Amino acid sequence: MNKKNSWMVSIGMLGLCALLLTVACNKNTEQSSNTTAEKQAAPAPMSAPIDPATVATVSGQAKMGGIAPKPAKIDMSQDPACKGMNEAEAVVVDNGNLANVFVYIKDGLGSRTFDVPKDPVVLDQSGCKYHPHVLGVMAGQTVQIKNDDQTTHNIHPTPKDNREWNESQPPQSAPLEKNFAREEIMLPVKCNQHPWMKMYVNVVKSPFYAVTDKSGKYEIKGLPPGDYTIAFVHEKLGEQDQKITVAPKDSKTVDQTFKAGD
Amino acid sequence: MLLLNQGENTLKAIPATYNRAHHAFAVFTACATFVVITAGALVTSNDAGLSVPDWPTSFGYLVKVPHFVGGVRYEWSHRMVAGTLVSLTLAIAIWTLLVERRRWLRWLAVGAFCTVIAQAILGGLTVLLFQPPAVSTAHATVAQTFFCIAVAIALFTGRKWVEERPRVEVDSRRPSLFLLTLLSIFALYVQLILGGMFRHHGMSWWPHVANAVIVSFVLAWTAVRALSVYSHIGAVRRPAIVMLSLLITQLCLGFTAFLTRVAWGRNMAQPELPMVASTVAHVAVGALLLATTVVLAIQVWRHVPIALEERIPQAERDVSAA
Repeated sequence: MNKKNSWMVSIGMLGLCALLLTVACNKNTEQSSNTTAEKQAAPAPMSAPIDPATVATVSGQAKMGGIAPKPAKIDMSQDPACKGMNEAEAVVVDNGNLANVFVYIKDGLGSRTFDVPKDPVVLDQSGCKYHPHVLGVMAGQTVQIKNDDQTTHNIHPTPKDNREWNESQPPQSAPLEKNFAREEIMLPVKCNQHPWMKMYVNVVKSPFYAVTDKSGKYEIKGLPPGDYTIAFVHEKLGEQDQKITVAPKDSKTVDQTFKAGD
Repeated sequence: MLLLNQGENTLKAIPATYNRAHHAFAVFTACATFVVITAGALVTSNDAGLSVPDWPTSFGYLVKVPHFVGGVRYEWSHRMVAGTLVSLTLAIAIWTLLVERRRWLRWLAVGAFCTVIAQAILGGLTVLLFQPPAVSTAHATVAQTFFCIAVAIALFTGRKWVEERPRVEVDSRRPSLFLLTLLSIFALYVQLILGGMFRHHGMSWWPHVANAVIVSFVLAWTAVRALSVYSHIGAVRRPAIVMLSLLITQLCLGFTAFLTRVAWGRNMAQPELPMVASTVAHVAVGALLLATTVVLAIQVWRHVPIALEERIPQAERDVSAA
């Protein structure tokens, strides 16, 4: 190689190194800024006092109007370690009762702040499915992720407002402990090794939330009296809001019906 | 139309010798590139791009075979064949530097190696940055660019290219056939970027479908011009016929991919065989179409140059045929 060629190769290699350095620096900056933002976004432990003697309960049922779509089939044959129910949980309807609806107080709590529970919420991977399929958690609260399967999973949240991450979890490994700093509804989580594995995390700032069970029922306890907007969110059927007024010691029933295509 | 004598090539005659082993290795590298592109399409179509979360290692190791299930099968295999391709490209670059007398071809081989390294870095960034649509699309686009370079090296080292004295006809039509081939390559690149953005969830499907109409028109125009005016030049006729055939195949595959993935597959719990097969075939045939169009452009540049006063001095012209 002549002298001119040597120079060109050297300049090319320097350019490549500069590109790598730039990418590495950007990644570090992004991570550090995320950490700072997470610290800033963590709610202050100062809580407005709620009188336990006056708190109310809101409960009800989510229903599906019209003909429910047939659940999509899952083929788990690509991993012999996966043995579970072979139907997707995107729309789970039993006698018109709709499961996996996230219900939360969307508006009306004002500037109240709430302590973040010290107990973690558990997300389990079993039968190559996530349990639960829809999870509620407070911002900053620990989510403990377990793998009960004899295969490796990777857990990959794809948020809009929180930090994205992607980690693999081999069988019998220690649970992962993660948290989400910012409020975000229906934050998708997936496993890229088993493409049918999907679930949703709902990150809220208050403890007033619930997820409907197989009979479509939910219950939110300890709500102070007031005027609220209560939101019912489903991964496929979207969001439905209702305005409610809760009196002291009230026990209110709020039902919601979703229609296919809503 | 001006016809030049065989000995009066408008392109500067560069002494070169045919090296059978070198050419065979270049062809093998081009074929290996096609395999890597197909493997990459399998990764995206199976939504397995992030099944191995680390890079450049795979689950902490460079070459250790992981538990071969689910998306790991596609992603890890893609990494291994891509790693092999880097070695092949390094080998062809060194071989070319050692045996090739044409300076521009030596530079092309060095360029191929730089491109494959850039491609590997883009692949790594795709994993580390969680598949941003722009980066993933760049990864897909550079892959096909590298494929075109590999095919071009195979073409330039071939016996026909090295030993054949091209019959040259000057193109005085406007737009020239060479310009049409460049326009075709440009339209295909736009299509490739739009398709990549759609596949990587950065854009809706309709720009890709809308541009397919433009691509079809430009490529059909190019093929019809090549076949109607220069069909007697085999080096132009053959890639033009292949390009037209691949275009028709690609349109059918695109329609099938649209049906299986967009129309019917919207609510599927996971990628299913029809959608995976149709999209992988669509990507693979797309790569062949782009490479064929590049070959056509090269052959047109060689055999049917544009009539420019500054390129061909009047004294060198043979105006015996018009």
